[in-house]
Amino acid sequence: MMIGVSDSTFFSALWQGAETIIILLAVVIASALLIWLERRLLGLWQDRYGPNRVGPFGLLQVVADMIKIFFKEDWIPPFADKAVFIIAPAVIMLTTLLTFAVVPFTETIDVVNLNIGLLFVLAMSSLGVYAVILGGWSSDNKYAMLGGLRTAAQMISYEVFMGLALLGVVMLAGSFNLHTIVESQAGLWNVLTQFPSFVIFLIAGCAEIHRAPFDLPEAEQELTAGFHTEYSGMKFGMFFVGEYAGIVLISSLITVLFFGGWLGPVLPGIVWFLIKTMFFIIFFVLLRAATFRPRYDQLMSFGWKVLLPIALANIALTAAAVVATS
Amino acid sequence: MLSVLRTIWMVLLHSFRKRDTVLYPEVKPYLPPRYRGRIVLTRDPDGAERCVACNLCSVACPVDCISVIKGEDETGRWYPDTFQINFSRCIYCGFCEEACPTYAIQLTPDFEMGEFDRQKMVYEKSDLTISGVGKRPGYNYYRVAGMAVGGKDKGEAVSESEPVDIKTLLP
Repeated sequence: MMIGVSDSTFFSALWQGAETIIILLAVVIASALLIWLERRLLGLWQDRYGPNRVGPFGLLQVVADMIKIFFKEDWIPPFADKAVFIIAPAVIMLTTLLTFAVVPFTETIDVVNLNIGLLFVLAMSSLGVYAVILGGWSSDNKYAMLGGLRTAAQMISYEVFMGLALLGVVMLAGSFNLHTIVESQAGLWNVLTQFPSFVIFLIAGCAEIHRAPFDLPEAEQELTAGFHTEYSGMKFGMFFVGEYAGIVLISSLITVLFFGGWLGPVLPGIVWFLIKTMFFIIFFVLLRAATFRPRYDQLMSFGWKVLLPIALANIALTAAAVVATS
Repeated sequence: MLSVLRTIWMVLLHSFRKRDTVLYPEVKPYLPPRYRGRIVLTRDPDGAERCVACNLCSVACPVDCISVIKGEDETGRWYPDTFQINFSRCIYCGFCEEACPTYAIQLTPDFEMGEFDRQKMVYEKSDLTISGVGKRPGYNYYRVAGMAVGGKDKGEAVSESEPVDIKTLLP
């Protein structure tokens, strides 16, 4: 080697870079394929087929949709706040993909092993809300505005107990590091010891990524398409893929925090991780197929009057248990 | 809350149900004979065309998609010189079929007429005319109608009496 650094440093840096790009591509491609998976599964549960014409099992439907969406007119309404309107869809992709940086796929496959991993996750998911609020606000459209307002209302109802629910997990592991949290579940998965906080995180995560039954900001029946009413072309595509990346993210977070991440017998870690994550992705699709959307005052009162007390009681009980056993 | 869980479970059970969708190009659904699809011009049992160019179908058509120009042969029988149906306008209401006095124009259970070029949706008489009798076997307008036409005088039609002599009072 002609350059000054030693070979091992150079190659490990190269490997780190390649790993990052592979994870990025895998996440984006998986999110795009989720569009196909969701349509097929919704079809299955509604006694129809879904897209099954383009390619084997309709798999190439995503490619066809992508080609279509790239060639669509990228229209910015003349009354919109142009700069914010353009930035908003980028924010949702950016924050979701940045969160994947701390997700440990296995002991070795991850982008960065951050000791405040969980805090980073919560921070990024809070920032992701800006995409929706700014997108709704900058469109200068009544429906988009209502969608943005609902996001704000939804955020103050779920962000609080989302953080509080995860405190129980942090207490058991004694760390914010996601690797440590997974390794702390070697004997017993957190879902058994922290069942209330698992349910609360599932609900909060659903609200976080604006999935049915908590798709109040979109609510196509009432608000046409809510915050992205005015978006078209690839900007709409960014919101769309961002939402599916969010599903992958929340599913992998549930796997990491409550279902022991890569831990499992016989099969290699990455396979266990993918199986568990896939289970929750499919569960999110099932939720969309089966549930109805609450009014947002119902969502807020459910969050503040039911889930918040449960989360607080869970923290108190977990703290008592941790003190008693240590 | 429990009802939500029950709903989720029941939706999950739909994984094992038969799907309602008919995969159309591979599986063709059964269409009843009276289905209102592509319009045809039929012939009488003798093989002559039934249409007498009376233009009643054209008048009845709510979207004005039928265009007929009358012709006349040496015996005085009318027939259509041109008969055009613009299927890009046609709404398949079947009014033309009801209006037709000779059962010439009929709707058939066929709807696969897609074209990329709109001009090709205009069907000429040669495209419309079929060789059979369609839904009315055995019906021949000139054999039952009281009208005189080449080779057949008044009173010679099936179950028709001789014309009354209006110039006499005798029974």
